[in-house]
Order: sequence, then structure tokens, then C-alpha cells
Amino acid sequence: MKRMPTSFIVMSLLVMLFLYLPVVILIGLSFNASTMGVAWKGFTFQWYEKLAMDQAILEATVNSVVIALVSTGLALILGVGTAIGLETRQETQRSWVNMILVLPLVIPEILLGVALLMVFVLCQVHLGFGTIIIGHMVFNLPLTIVIVRARLRKLDPAWEDAARDLGATSWDVLTRITLPLLRPAIWGAGLLGFTVSLDDFVVTFFVAGPGSTTLPLKVFSMIRTGMTPEINALSAVMVVVSMLCVGLSWFLQQRSTPASAESSYL
Amino acid sequence: MNESVVLDKVIKTHGLVRAVDHVSLAIQSGEFFSILGPSGSGKTTILRLIAGLDRPDQGDIVIQQRVVTLDPPHKRPVNMVFQHYALFPHLSVFENVAFGLQMKGERQANIQKAVSHMLALVRLQGKEKRLPGQLSGGEQQRVALARALVNRPVVLLLDEPLAALDQQLRQEMQGELKRLQREVKATFICVTHQQDEALMLSDRIAVMQGGKLLQVGTPQEIYDHPVSSTVAQFIGLSNVLSGTIASYEGGLCRVEHEVLSPVMVMGSPHDTLQGAVTVVVRPERVHVSADMSVKGYDNMLQAIVHQVAFSGNEVVYHVRLRDEAIWMARVPIAEAQSSPLAVGQPVYVQWWAQEGMVLPAHPAPC
Amino acid sequence: MVGTGGNGLARPSCTMLNNLSDTSSAFPVKLSLVSASLFLGLFFFLPLILVFGVSLASRGLYGGITWIATWENYQRVFDPLVGVIFFRSLFLAGLTTFICAVVGFPLAYCLARASRHWQLILLTLVMIPFWTNFLVRTYAWVLILRADGILNSLLIRLGLLDEPLSLLFTDLSVFVGLVYGYLPFMVLPLVVAIERISPQLEDAAFDLYASMGGMFRHVLLPLSIPGFLAGGVLVFIPSLGAFITPYLLGGGQNMMLGTFIQQEFLVARDWPFGSALSFGLMGTVLLLWFLLGRTSVEKDPS
Repeated sequence: MKRMPTSFIVMSLLVMLFLYLPVVILIGLSFNASTMGVAWKGFTFQWYEKLAMDQAILEATVNSVVIALVSTGLALILGVGTAIGLETRQETQRSWVNMILVLPLVIPEILLGVALLMVFVLCQVHLGFGTIIIGHMVFNLPLTIVIVRARLRKLDPAWEDAARDLGATSWDVLTRITLPLLRPAIWGAGLLGFTVSLDDFVVTFFVAGPGSTTLPLKVFSMIRTGMTPEINALSAVMVVVSMLCVGLSWFLQQRSTPASAESSYL
Repeated sequence: MNESVVLDKVIKTHGLVRAVDHVSLAIQSGEFFSILGPSGSGKTTILRLIAGLDRPDQGDIVIQQRVVTLDPPHKRPVNMVFQHYALFPHLSVFENVAFGLQMKGERQANIQKAVSHMLALVRLQGKEKRLPGQLSGGEQQRVALARALVNRPVVLLLDEPLAALDQQLRQEMQGELKRLQREVKATFICVTHQQDEALMLSDRIAVMQGGKLLQVGTPQEIYDHPVSSTVAQFIGLSNVLSGTIASYEGGLCRVEHEVLSPVMVMGSPHDTLQGAVTVVVRPERVHVSADMSVKGYDNMLQAIVHQVAFSGNEVVYHVRLRDEAIWMARVPIAEAQSSPLAVGQPVYVQWWAQEGMVLPAHPAPC
Repeated sequence: MVGTGGNGLARPSCTMLNNLSDTSSAFPVKLSLVSASLFLGLFFFLPLILVFGVSLASRGLYGGITWIATWENYQRVFDPLVGVIFFRSLFLAGLTTFICAVVGFPLAYCLARASRHWQLILLTLVMIPFWTNFLVRTYAWVLILRADGILNSLLIRLGLLDEPLSLLFTDLSVFVGLVYGYLPFMVLPLVVAIERISPQLEDAAFDLYASMGGMFRHVLLPLSIPGFLAGGVLVFIPSLGAFITPYLLGGGQNMMLGTFIQQEFLVARDWPFGSALSFGLMGTVLLLWFLLGRTSVEKDPS
């Protein structure tokens, strides 16, 4: 391995600390018995117990999970096919297609939120589960397409030729070669989309209606009405769940393709 | 003998490049036929056209007296071994080999039997459950062969089959390919850029460049009677000299050069040649010595030893002629040791008239 | 795709036939391609166009939209009160981008040059926060920065402070939150860019008498520019339009564009003006994105 400047290694460690310390502090405080402030008053599970009893939070959890499952599922159904369909287009068009595809992921979420809100209100669409699911699909769909395309690009076109040479029709190639080889990427995209949908606040904030409160909306209103240790517990649960999902998704995407930073963000 | 594959004035264009340009070719049944050419000469495109993976812009392809030009790959009695094998990475060795039979809808019992038999033929018993990633290069190569041959194709197409293997394995697989062909009795069409491979394996060779066929013939014909200096240089090492024909003298023709003394070459089938020509002499036919007295060779040029390269059983002298061209001479090691030559030493390059070839400088396509 | 009519006796166009055997022509693939395009057109591109349309309309008496065309909403952008918010957003986003580049480069370098094993672990560690609940992670900073938060308690206990500092609801806290939130956006493209630089170039620089610093200045940094550009855009865009960070860490006084837009839409109910602000933000974003796209497309045709 190459020798690296010590200052770089120190800097890197500090940056890692900066990225993770707040999360560690948050999780630590969720076990603090103190009702006010951050002074350590002993270890307790009581905030988690309180969470588990809170009807509104349980309801929001169910809402969030249902919305995430439906929007991710729909995004997968449309996205995998779209990725395959786009892949065989001309080489030079490819990077432009990518630029436009990634746009919904790059554009500040607040723009997406207000734009969708206006469309829904002007078309007199009832704000609720439906509008949230549509809103989440706007970023989940490109996310799926981008991840599947990244994997697709690494598939050897000779595999498809070989299958056709061995007598496979285009349907056989799709079901027996392309889709099985894409499976890890599809699972990875699904998990990531599920997490992003579960975590989304801004778009949801604009297009949600009464009765469709999701977990992040609940956390937000709790923060607004006053700091309670319950928020710490809820936040800790959410952050741990989403880190686990993201980690697993990453693992699935990497298992079949060698580690590359490229596939992690575009 | 009947024809297994016929290409009739086939044209295929990729974008602006004419990958295959008016190619007509008849390949006999049971032949080991090689298509030899530098990369980008269109040889792989010809394989893809025969397999049905590409379709020609013009012309027809006939396999076993049947026009298949527009048939999709699965309607053709042809299978292919791909350049990097293209084994399906998610399927085991057995599943890879069984793929074609499954696509044909064969009964499971038959598939089982045929695959086992084929894996035995390529000596891969016991590796059925491995994934391609767990095999060595040579084993992957044999899976690719088995996967194609298990379908009993009339024609087997091989795209640079040995390119990915190291030297020793390559020689082993050359023998293996010949053996397999004898056993399955199919026509083998092999694309390669390695001339020694083509010479060793093939019954006949087609030499291609820029999408055009330059020459088709047995290895011996092509080596001894290349139609052009391009072919000559592509098949085996060649020493080249450009000049103009001055006269014909009793079966020999006299070629004059701007700087060097004129050379005599045996009148070839191209007796009608006039004007600019290329003289080609194989390095193993050239004699290099410090004195000129030897056997009274027909031709003699003066040169200076430029480089001496030992390669095991022979020595290759690179000598510089007076027009700055570099020629090579291959000399058996024993001969070279008895009268060694040093770099910088003036020498005489000599050869018999019948050992040179005179070829048109600008060949017409065949 | 239609065959050229002239010689089309019995032979259909070859390109058409070729495409027929591709997987892309399988019916479900076509169906999803069409429906995905329709979906994104309807719920992404159309709404963005609508934003522009509404930005040219007037505000109704009770907060609705009156369809009278006017430039008034754009003229209000020059209002000093609005100008301050614009300026603060640009400044904070710019500063965030710069600091992310400075802080992110060493980490990106270590990542790019680590052994395969370490690279996978470190990449995972950088990538996880990238996709993890942004709201909650920002909330953690509230716990750290507020008057009775972790940082103040720690400083007081160490005897460095008598009175708690007011760290929360300042430009500083917003800045810290932005760097924290968007740092991975800088690191990942930088890793990609540095990975593409052959380590042999570094050795060659050392061989030609460059010091460590000289090598970085003259070889590594110039060759990492594509990474800085991509990372810069990816940090600058969301920083400029951030909503959660200025809302939770900036409070009511330290507004940025994101919080301002939200206020215009949900509190002041002035949709046309909110749309004008949004369209300004959107224009900036699109401009940057396609400028970046053009440079990367030109440089790397693959």
C-alpha cells in the first residue's frame, strides 16, 4: 500500500468523527434518564417504552412503512424496465439521459415540494397518501433507474449475444440472463428507495394532508412543540434503522460488482 | 465435398466504417477454416453475421444449402465460442452448458445425458457445480467449447479462442481443438490475429484487411505464394524491397532499385507484371556472411550488422542495407557459432533467385 | 425506423430487425419506459414549468392566484429584505462548498489510495450518512449546540466558559449544519476523480524531484479538478436550497432561500412570489447542473 501523509490520515479521522459523533451523541442521550438538559442522570429505557405506547407514533410508523413500500414497489416495477430500455440507446445520448434522470435527485427538495403542492392544489387533488406516494416516486423512480443502469453498464453485452446464439428469444434473455444478473442491484435499489422514502421530510411536508402524518413529520412537529427525551429515542430508532437499510443496500450492490465510488452516488 | 457455409457478396457497415466489404467465401463441410487479419479488419463481424447476431446490409449467407440471411440466431445450426467466453456468471458450469438445450425445449433426461457426455469430452467432469468465476482460464475456455458443441452445431464459430490464454496453455488447447473437431465432425470457423496459430490449426486460411478478403488458400499456398506483400508480411516475417521490373531474362526477372544493385527473382505466376513491384524474401532463406565467396548465389547485397538476437535454437541477424532498410536473416545456432558476426561488421546478404517472390506493389483485391 | 423504400423487395430494413431481437424491445420493457417517461413528465417536469407560470401571475386578495401576467414578483427580488436572504444563501452555500472541498480532499485521497479492503469499509462509512435521515441528523446538532447543549456543558465543565455561548440560531450553526449534511457529496466525486489518477504519476513527480507538497500542488490537485467541480456543484445546489438546516439551526431570523420559500407558500400564502423565488433558485440549479454536465460529457464521452 502507498504511504500516506500522516496529516491526511489525521484529517480523515477527524472528518469521520465529525460525521458520526452527532449520531452517537443522539443515541447516547436517548438512554439518559434526565427529562431536561443533557446532564447524565443515569441509564434508562423509559423513553423507548413511552414511544412504544404512543398511539400517534405507532400510527405514523404504519403510515410511513405503507407509503415507503408502495412508492418503492411501484418505482421498482417501472424503473427496472426503464433502465433496461434506456441502456441500449446510443452511447453519446447516454450521458445526457443520465444528466436529466438525476435531476429529480439533485434539485433542492423544496422546489419539488412546492411545485407538486401547486399542481395538486390547482388540480384539486385531495392531499394524502396518494399525493405523498406520487411525491416519493418522483425521486424513487430515478434512483432505481440510476442504480440499475450502473449495474447494467457492467454487464458484458456478449452475455446477451451468447444467449441468443444458444437459441434464446428476447424474452428468455430478459428473464434468464438480464434480470438474474441484475437481482442484487434491484434489491439494493429497493432497499435504498425504501429508506429514502421512509426518511423523507421536505417533499412529504408539502404534499401531506390531514391523517397522513409520517414519522419524519411527527418528529418535526415534536421538535417544534418542545424538546422531550422521547424525540431522542424516536430519532435514535430512525437513524439506526435507516443506517442498517442503507448499509445492507450498499452491501448488496457491492457484492456483485467490485467496490467503486462511482456507483455510490450516481 | 459439399459447402457448409457460403457468403455471397456480403456487405456490412457499422456507422461510417465498412466492416465487411463485398466478401464472398465458400467454406467446405468439416473444414477447419481460419480468418486471419489485424484487429479491426472485419473478421469478428463475419462470425457475427454467420451466427445471426448481426445482419448484412447486402448479400446473402447460406448454411447447408439454406439461405439464412434473415434468420434469427436461434434458427441457425451454428454456435459460437465468444472472445472472452461470455459464460453466464450466475449459472453453474452445468447450467451454462445446458442453456442451449433448455432453450430448444429438450427433455430434462436428455439434457442431463448430453451435458455429462460433453463435459467428459472436454475433460471437465466433477466441476459441474462450479461457477465460471471459480474456474481457471483454460477451464473457462473448455466450458465455452462445451456450451457451444453440446447443441451439435453444423458450424462452430470461434472468436479469438486462445487469445486470453498464456503461451503454454495455448499450445495445449490447439491440440485440444483439433481433437474436438475430429470427434464432433463439425465445420470450425476460427477468427484470429495470430498467424502461427492459423498456420498450425487450419485446413484453409482467409487473410483479411480493411473488410476485404486478400487471399484464401491452404497455409502452404499462402506462405509460399502470397498474392501481395501485405499478405506476405502478415504471414510470417518478410524482408521487403521495392523496385521496378527492368527485364525478363530466361524465366528470371530483373528488378532494379534506386540505390541497391539489381536483384534477380524467379518469374512467378505474375509473369505479366510490369513497373513497380515488391520483392519479398523470407528471413530463413537469406544467407549472411562476412565474405562473398560462398556458393555463387544469384543475388548479393551489401549490408552492415545492426543487431544480433539469440532465440534459443537460432540467431536472428538484423542487417542494414545501403538504402537504410533493415533485413532479417535467421541462421541455425550451430552455423552462427562457427562463424560469428559482430554488430557494425560489413556483411554480404545473399539468396537464390527462386527463393525470392516478386509481387505487385499495389495488389488488386482477389 | 423505416426501411429505405428503394430496394425493399422482400428484405425488411436490417436495423429494424436487429432491434427486434434486443431485450429492450421486450414488451414489458417498452411499457415501463413509456410509463416512467409519462410519470416523470407529469409529476416532475410539468410541475416545474407550472412554477414558472405561476411566478408570472398575481396574488389574489385572499392568497389565491389571479391569472394576470406581471413581472412584479421578480422585481420584488430587489427588495433589500429579500436581497439579504439571497446574499446570505449564496454566501453560506459558497462557504460550505469551499470548506467541504478543503476538509473533504484529505479523506478522499486516503479513500482513493487505500487497499481494496479498507476502501470498501471507508466508502461504506462515508456513504451511510449520505442516505441517512437528514432531519434526525440535523436535530442531533440542536442537542449539541443549544444553550444547555452538549458543547456548552462540556466547555463550562472544563472551566473554559462561565456563561453558555449562544451557538444555536446563528449563521455559524447553519454553516456547520450544511457542511455536516453535504460533506459526503464532495468526498464521493473526489474519490472517483482521484482513483482515475494513476499512482504512477505521483511516483513520477517524486522521481522528478517534487516534494510531497509540490506533488500535490502540481500533479494531484490539477488532475482532481473534475472531482472538485462535480463535488462543488453537488454541495452548492442543496446548500443553496436547504430547508431543514436553516429551519432547525437558523431559526426565524437567519432565513435562507429554502425557509423563505416555505414561508411564502405556507405562511404568507403568496404563491406567485414564492414561485418567482423558486424559479430563481431552479434557474441557478439547472444552469450549474448543465454546465457541469457539458464539461463532463465533453471530457468523458463514455
